[in-house]
Amino acid sequence: MSLTKEEVEHIASLAHLQLGEQELEKYRRQLTDILDYADRLRRVDTSAISPTTTVLPLRSVLRTDEIRESLARDDVLANAPERDRQMFRIPPVFE
Amino acid sequence: MEWEPVVGLEVHAELRTRSKMFCGCAVVDSTVAEPNTSTCPVCLGMPGSLPVINERAVDLALLVALALGCRVEPVSVFARKNYFYPDLPKGYQISQYELPLAVEGSLRIEAGGETRPIRVRRVHLEEDTGKLSHEEKPARSLVDLNRAGVPLLEIVSEPDMHSVEEVKAYATALRRLLCYLDVNSGDMEKGVIRFEANISLRPKGTSELGTRVEVKNLNSFRALTRSMEYELDRQAAVLEKGGSIRQETLGWDENAGRTYSQRSKEEAHDYRYFPEPDLPPLEASAERIARIRAALPELPEAVRERLVSKLGLNRYDAEVILAEKETVDYFDEVIRTSGAPARAAATWLGGDLFGLLKMRSIPLMGEGGKPALPAREFGLLVKMIADGKINGPTGKMLLAEMLDTGKSADALVAERGLQQIGDADTLRAAVRAVIAENPGQVDQYRNGKTTVIQWLLGQVMKTTGGRANPQTVRRLLEEELSDPAKG
Repeated sequence: MSLTKEEVEHIASLAHLQLGEQELEKYRRQLTDILDYADRLRRVDTSAISPTTTVLPLRSVLRTDEIRESLARDDVLANAPERDRQMFRIPPVFE
Repeated sequence: MEWEPVVGLEVHAELRTRSKMFCGCAVVDSTVAEPNTSTCPVCLGMPGSLPVINERAVDLALLVALALGCRVEPVSVFARKNYFYPDLPKGYQISQYELPLAVEGSLRIEAGGETRPIRVRRVHLEEDTGKLSHEEKPARSLVDLNRAGVPLLEIVSEPDMHSVEEVKAYATALRRLLCYLDVNSGDMEKGVIRFEANISLRPKGTSELGTRVEVKNLNSFRALTRSMEYELDRQAAVLEKGGSIRQETLGWDENAGRTYSQRSKEEAHDYRYFPEPDLPPLEASAERIARIRAALPELPEAVRERLVSKLGLNRYDAEVILAEKETVDYFDEVIRTSGAPARAAATWLGGDLFGLLKMRSIPLMGEGGKPALPAREFGLLVKMIADGKINGPTGKMLLAEMLDTGKSADALVAERGLQQIGDADTLRAAVRAVIAENPGQVDQYRNGKTTVIQWLLGQVMKTTGGRANPQTVRRLLEEELSDPAKG
C-alpha cells in the first residue's frame, strides 16, 4: 500500500505543516511503511473477535468533580510567542 | 413547485460542573473571567499530561439522555477528532464518535397546533474549545483558553423538522429541558448553548433527501430562525431556476443577515477520528443508570399536566409558567406559602407581575436566586384580591408599589386605607349620587346607549377613591338605571 505525494501533502496541510520536497518524500516512505504494517495486521482473521478500542483492562476511570488549582497565568503564557492583554496573540484567523 | 424543508439540529450544551471535563480547572464564566486564569497542562495540551473523566459530567449527560428516553450504551468510547485550529490547544478535540454515550431518544414538541416527537439520534460527551477574538489594525487574533476543556454535551436530532416553527419549538423545548434538569443555565447570551442546523429542501410530498448544507455557530434562537429562513429562501430560489445545491458548510453573518460559505465538501475537514488512547472505555453500569433515573426531576410535560389538570390553570397561563423552570419554582412557592388560589396566582404572575418586571427590565430571579418580589408577599396580594379585600385596579397599583418599595401589600393597604368597599348600602349611595349628578349620561343610557355605563362606573370608582368593588357597582348601576322613577 503506497501513499502518493499528494496524499502526504494533504495530510500535511491538515496539520498546517509546510514540507519541502525532500521531507515530503521522506514522510511518504515512512508513512507507507506504517500503512504496510497495518496492512499485514489486516490479513489476520478477526471475524470472531469484537472490535478492540483498548488493550488495557481498565474501564471507567473517573475523577470526582473537584476544583484543583490552575497554573499561574505568567507560567501559562511563558512560552507564548507573543502575548496581548494576558492572551496568546496569534496571526489573524478567520473562518 | 412547493418545497418542504428538511432540518436536523445539533445542539451543543455546556454542562454545569464545577471543574472541567478532563482536568480539575474551575469552569468559569468565560464572558467575564480574566483570560487564561483557569488552565493547566491538561487543558493546555501540554505533552505528557493525561485526561481523566469528570464523573459529574457523565452523570449530567446520563440525566439528559434518560430524560430524552435514549438507550444508554453499556460501553461508550472517547475518540480524538483531529483538526488544526488555534482555539484547540491539543490539535484534537476529545469527543465520542462510533460509540456515543446514548442513542435513539426523542423530544416532544408543539408546533402548528399539534404535538409530535422529534427523534434524537445520539447524545455524546465532548470538550469545549477555547475562545478566539479577532481584531483589526493590526490584524490579529487573541486566544483565551479558560473555556478549553469545559464539558460539552452534543445532542443530535434526526432530520425530522419541516418548518422554522418546528425548529424553534425543538430548540426551545430542548433548552427548557436542560434547565429543568439543571445541567445548563440556559443563558444563551453567555454562549452555553449553541446550534448547528442541517438544512435541505425537497419537493413537497416526496420522501427523498435533497443535498444539505450545514450552518454552524448559531448562538441564539434569533440567529437559528433567521439563518434558516434565509437558507430556505436561497435554496428554493436556486432549485426553482433548475440549479443544484452545493453541499457545504456555511457561517451566519448576523449583521448582514445572510449565510456565507466556509468550506465545500471537497475541502471538508478530514477529522481522522480514532479511539482516544489516554482514556479507557466508559461503562454505564446498571446501578449508575438506576441512580440517575431515580434523580430525574419533574419534567415540563409533567408540570404542564399538574398545572392544567390538577390546579385548573388555562393552557395559556400554564405555558407562560412552564417556559422557565424558575417561574415554576416561584409559582409553587407562591401557592405553598400564601394559600393564594392557583388560577388567580397564575394570571397575576404571567400578566401583571411579568408586565411590570418587563417595563422595569428586571428578571424575576436576580443574582443568587433572590426573587424581585418575595413569593409569599406576591401570593398574599393575590389572596387579598381573590378574597375581595381589595379590587383589581388597586391590586395592580399595589403590585407596582411593592416592587418599587419592598413593602408588603398588607402594610400598603393599611397605610392608605385601600380596603375595597363591597358593602352594597355604602355603594348604593355613591351610585345614586353619581346618577343624580349626571342626568345627561343617564338619558343617553336610557335611550339605548348602554355603553355609557362604563363611564358612570368610572365616576363611582373616582368618588370612592378607586376602592369600590367594580362588579357590585356595575350591578347596582344597572339596577338603579333600569328604574325610571329614579335619577
